[in-house]
Amino acid sequence: MSHDHDHAPPPDQDGPLSYYQVMETAVRELLIEKGILTADQVRATVEAMDARSPAIGARVVARAWTDPAFKDRLLADGSAACAELGVDMGPTHLVVVENSPQVHNVIVCTLCSCYPRFLLGLPPDWYKARAYRSRVVREPRTVLREFGTEIPEDVELRVHDSTADMRYMVLPLRPAGTEGWDEARLAELVTRDCMIGVTAPKSPPSH
Amino acid sequence: MSEPGRGVHDMGGLPAGPVDRSEHDYALWEKRVDALLVLLSDKERRLLRVDELRRGIEQLGEAAYEDMTYYERWIASVTGNLLEKGILTSDELGRKMAEVEGRAAADPDGGS
Repeated sequence: MSHDHDHAPPPDQDGPLSYYQVMETAVRELLIEKGILTADQVRATVEAMDARSPAIGARVVARAWTDPAFKDRLLADGSAACAELGVDMGPTHLVVVENSPQVHNVIVCTLCSCYPRFLLGLPPDWYKARAYRSRVVREPRTVLREFGTEIPEDVELRVHDSTADMRYMVLPLRPAGTEGWDEARLAELVTRDCMIGVTAPKSPPSH
Repeated sequence: MSEPGRGVHDMGGLPAGPVDRSEHDYALWEKRVDALLVLLSDKERRLLRVDELRRGIEQLGEAAYEDMTYYERWIASVTGNLLEKGILTSDELGRKMAEVEGRAAADPDGGS
């Protein structure tokens, strides 16, 4: 099944600007007037944000599934291994946690919303919301069940709490039935949610 | 209410309702708030750090978590930090916000 959800469109700007929208515009214009940043830099930063999507993380996962030496480097130093693929993690330290038949990993930021945005884009709303942040550290199996994911009792479930300087990403288990697949084809099975750890990758279509 | 010593942001392990999996695409103004933080905290500027952003959000208090959206909390914290650091003054911010509101009222379809 698809892990894409319906996205509500951003609200139309029919009504008056909200107080905080006015604040954003005012602060941005003042910073530009003071020469601290430029309108072009703001635009370029938003464009870079729009260009980042879970496809970047999927490429990293597919490489790790097909190249054992790369996988070892990814697990040893996530940021350095991603740099090999041209993915700059900025100043944040990336820790990649690997799923196995015995261990399932899931990531959260209980204190705020730290997220591997260089690999996955901006986080989904639920990742930043109270229900997920509060409960996934206390009752992860129940929370994962709400995502349609059943983790057997004999599989250890590890929850990783991110920080401002350090981000986690889950390396999911390669689906069975994908022997001989190339990286591009494998990457299509890798969803955002399986790199957060709340679901498994898509299954290959059955024949 | 939270237990003694626990900040309102420190919600790990507390009871809460089911996860609401609905998502919204971010509005342009929300992405601009994010961009302001990215630029202010980059190597060139180093005017604001992520932990300062978070401290500012935590100081908004419990009501902010119920009444404000995610990026509303961010811009409130970014602005509070810039005022504290003297990069902006409350006078110029007040004047500029009035100017922005006046422009929007005069031209409701115009870009902000």
